[in-house]
Amino acid sequence: MIQIRGLKKHFGPKEVLRGVDIDIPDGKTLCIVGGSGTGKSTFIKCIIRLLRPDGGSIMVDGTEMAHEEHEYKLSQIRRSFGYLFQEGALFDSLSVWENVTFGLPYLTEIPRSKYRAIAKEKLALVGMENVEELRPSELSGGMKKRVALARAIAAEPKYMLYDEPTSGLDPIMSDIINDLILDLKRKLGVTGIVITHDMKSAFKIGDTIAMLYQGKFIASGTAEEFAKTDNPYVRQFVEGSSIGPIKMKLRDLD
Amino acid sequence: MKKLTGFLGRFILDCATETGKATLMVRSAAFWSFKADIEWHQAFIQAVRVGVDSLPVTALTSFFTGMVLALQAGSTTRNIFNEPIYIGALVGFSLVKELGPVLTAIVVAGRAGSAMAAELGTMCVTEQIDALHTLGTNPSRYLVIPRFIACMLVIPFLTVFADFSGIIGGFMVAVLKLDVPSTTYTNDILTFMEIKDFMHGFVKTFIFAFMIATVCCYKGLSTRGGAEGVGRSTTSAVVISMVLVLILDYFATAVLVSIGI
Repeated sequence: MIQIRGLKKHFGPKEVLRGVDIDIPDGKTLCIVGGSGTGKSTFIKCIIRLLRPDGGSIMVDGTEMAHEEHEYKLSQIRRSFGYLFQEGALFDSLSVWENVTFGLPYLTEIPRSKYRAIAKEKLALVGMENVEELRPSELSGGMKKRVALARAIAAEPKYMLYDEPTSGLDPIMSDIINDLILDLKRKLGVTGIVITHDMKSAFKIGDTIAMLYQGKFIASGTAEEFAKTDNPYVRQFVEGSSIGPIKMKLRDLD
Repeated sequence: MKKLTGFLGRFILDCATETGKATLMVRSAAFWSFKADIEWHQAFIQAVRVGVDSLPVTALTSFFTGMVLALQAGSTTRNIFNEPIYIGALVGFSLVKELGPVLTAIVVAGRAGSAMAAELGTMCVTEQIDALHTLGTNPSRYLVIPRFIACMLVIPFLTVFADFSGIIGGFMVAVLKLDVPSTTYTNDILTFMEIKDFMHGFVKTFIFAFMIATVCCYKGLSTRGGAEGVGRSTTSAVVISMVLVLILDYFATAVLVSIGI
């Protein structure tokens, strides 16, 4: 279980997270929605400690991560996480199959002789075949995203952090990825935190949906509760309308 | 005056900050080199890049430097003593003690150091460094340690190769152009030079190798701001490395001379 209390992060004078509180129970998927630049990626990067929070607490299975400074201890805690990067973050110098199996020697005891088969299996899961020998530069944006997802799930982590898993994918492939996230949860009990702008995805895969606005969660609930909420910020975001309090605030800033 | 002192103060503060951060990177690399297995495969790949890629340029640079040294020494001694003398000793001492290590370090900083900074910088701005953390390893272990090993192993060998290449260049000019007998040239080197003269230059190569790996890895890993940032990091990695080679060369020479090497 992940418990977050009062999480704060600022970059220079800009406060990105202003005391975020949320619980993510085991086996559940939390979808975080919110406009661009509201701190969604910062939030999950703080959870896995790619960024150091300025305040608050992040408890992962009872272990405090927020203020752990020891590199070795952090690397041990990170072992239970998988992370899908927004742009894939594939290693240019390695082939697709080498990318997919990159983490296995560090995260698992699986013998190297099985790596090729694992790469093939994970790539098939994300709908990719006969691409093992290609380089990331030879792949389209959507293909890179899927290879990155195959890499993130290769070591079968307990927690998965998805940074916009369906952006750049066509609607059919987006739905396949959504099904895959659901499958990971159902079959392996993977706990997920998904950042998305895609409300259709959020409604399909999220056990809980939370909206981040101005550094805090302003609403959270099940997909049904979220769809029926009266919160004008949420309504505007769900409906994708340019008219509403979020736009007004931007006008104020301008 | 106030502006000047302000500028100097900021400059010193920036230098101290950067040095501190680079030291932390080295400390982290030292920690992981004891805590986890060394990535020998990566170290081998880097050694090939640093060594093989830099070898032709290093050899060519030293070869022509040796030729120039022989030509200058020959013409100067001919003017003073009416004949070209001690060419071998002059070329040998200059190359083995100073020019071999310094030229090799400068070539490696320009050729391999820039590639290192650009590669790590690109990895930084495309989140590949973050990806390393999420995949059970880290940049110190996977990127920095192999590059340190590669530089520390390969640059001394490149320097020895450069020394020989320069001495051969000097030999060709001395024998073919200045009509110095080949035995005189080789005897000059063998008579006047001792193993400690070779060690003087050889020890310095390790200092240069450590510095180039530190500066280029640090500059690469501290890249911010997309393609422009990668360009900035690469340029500053090369410039700082080259300047530090010359500065460290003086201090290393002073220390080595004082302890009799």
